[in-house]
Amino acid sequence: MKTLSKITKHIRSKNAGPFWVTVDLFFKDKDSFFYACKNISNEEVSNILKIKRNHLKRFDIENLKVIKFSFPRKNIQGSRLDRDMHGASFAILFEKLSV
Amino acid sequence: MNKKTIKVLVPAGALGIPFDKNALINGIKQKPDLIAIDGGSTDSGPYYLGSGESKYSYSATKRDWSILMEMRAKAKVPLLIGTAGTCGTKTSVEWMLKITKEIAKENKEKLKIVTLKTDLSNKFVLEKYKTGKIKPLEGAPKINEDIINNCTNIVALAGVEQIQKAINTNADIIISGRSTDTAIIASLPINHGLNIASAWHGAKIAECGALATNNPNSGVVLLEFDHNGFTITPMCKNTKATPQTVFAHMLYENADPYILFEPGGYLDVSNAKYKKHKKNSVRVEGSKWYNKKPYTLKIEGARLVGFQTISIVLIRDPNYIESIDKWIDKLKNSFYRKIKNSILVDVQLELRKIGRDATLGNLEPISIDINEVAVMAIFTANNQEKANDSAKLLNPDLLHLALTKNEPMPTFAFPFSPPEIDKGPLFEFCFHHVIEIDNPKEFFQLQFHKT
Repeated sequence: MKTLSKITKHIRSKNAGPFWVTVDLFFKDKDSFFYACKNISNEEVSNILKIKRNHLKRFDIENLKVIKFSFPRKNIQGSRLDRDMHGASFAILFEKLSV
Repeated sequence: MNKKTIKVLVPAGALGIPFDKNALINGIKQKPDLIAIDGGSTDSGPYYLGSGESKYSYSATKRDWSILMEMRAKAKVPLLIGTAGTCGTKTSVEWMLKITKEIAKENKEKLKIVTLKTDLSNKFVLEKYKTGKIKPLEGAPKINEDIINNCTNIVALAGVEQIQKAINTNADIIISGRSTDTAIIASLPINHGLNIASAWHGAKIAECGALATNNPNSGVVLLEFDHNGFTITPMCKNTKATPQTVFAHMLYENADPYILFEPGGYLDVSNAKYKKHKKNSVRVEGSKWYNKKPYTLKIEGARLVGFQTISIVLIRDPNYIESIDKWIDKLKNSFYRKIKNSILVDVQLELRKIGRDATLGNLEPISIDINEVAVMAIFTANNQEKANDSAKLLNPDLLHLALTKNEPMPTFAFPFSPPEIDKGPLFEFCFHHVIEIDNPKEFFQLQFHKT
């Protein structure tokens, strides 16, 4: 078991338009990338985000050693119950994730 | 006459974001055919589209725009801004036109300016909605006639067909309303019959300026388009584009890193090849463009959903910090009891615990010992007076509400007098949709201006 923050260079979260958020996990090396590809479960990611499993999109991009997750925002960007305009804080949730 | 290569100079990711002036001067020496810059997006939230205002300051915009106008005069090529004034509504296009005219007057410059306004009337959108010409994209919110009627601004994102028309007027300066970040760059190479997929792909890579290089703050990049692909070169000294930095930009703000939907079709970069070229550049080939019928433009709208007042109180008492959730429940109950049967009955209250979970809400996984918490009370009503009045109604509780009956009356810390701050209107984005149109080239009108 390793936390994602130990095997990534950087984790970035950003709004992709007002209705989606996208999270990019930049891994340190190919070994970490392949290890994470095998061991990060979409179910666990959906759980930390409290979203439905079928709302999560995932891209494993070997060339860049990146795993990308995209998901619709629960609250539209800037709407009454939204707390984070640019959606950058979702990255924190991934840093602590054990894989 | 069609050219075999087209050079587009992109000074920065958006007007108002810093760029390196020396890099810009280097860029001008490369003899670009067009200087293109983005003026905004929805990135900063719904207020700007809702109100039609710019996020950037007037003076900073004027300062940066005057540098670009000076460079345009040197290069003797058109200068194009898309999504003028953050949101790209007609008022923000006028705002940008006013700045341009002021600078021209100060410099005694004779200019031909064309503006492209991309606003849609509520009535027009409603008609299109009723005839089934508005289609949701993935993750779109539900819309109805009321929502469309309540929009304060609706804009369509102009594509290549509309921007080309503005470029073909041979204007010195083109100020466009809302347009896709990419269309302002892709239009000229496509106009010259160059590779369509590469035009869109290069435009996507450079839409944030030097973000696709190892020195994002330098801003300026040059794109060279031809029949087979495109080359990106950073204009700042000691700055490199690498196949990694360029490909990685497809991740940025994109839900899907391979497919990009644009007016009239979509770009697929799954098979694109990124190769190191000369010292600092990257050459890209192999992306594909697919036309889609019917022709669609994406639309954006913001509607007024209420007015807000906020109050902030600081809690330093360890007993109250420990029982903060209980205290907040008590505050809420007290508030809803007070507004029951009054004209404030429909006011909504939200209490956020700054220091605990104000950012992530119920997703927050961490709980650590802290020495203070700020409680931010957000009141949302259908007018400002009611929002403010309800905040005043809760004022005594925010200051003194005791957890138990038998303790001395507590007093918490108000950082301001009054603690209530009117925040003004609350807008909400309401479209993640496209509109089907029959006449892409004639869809918007151009306006001509002279200085």
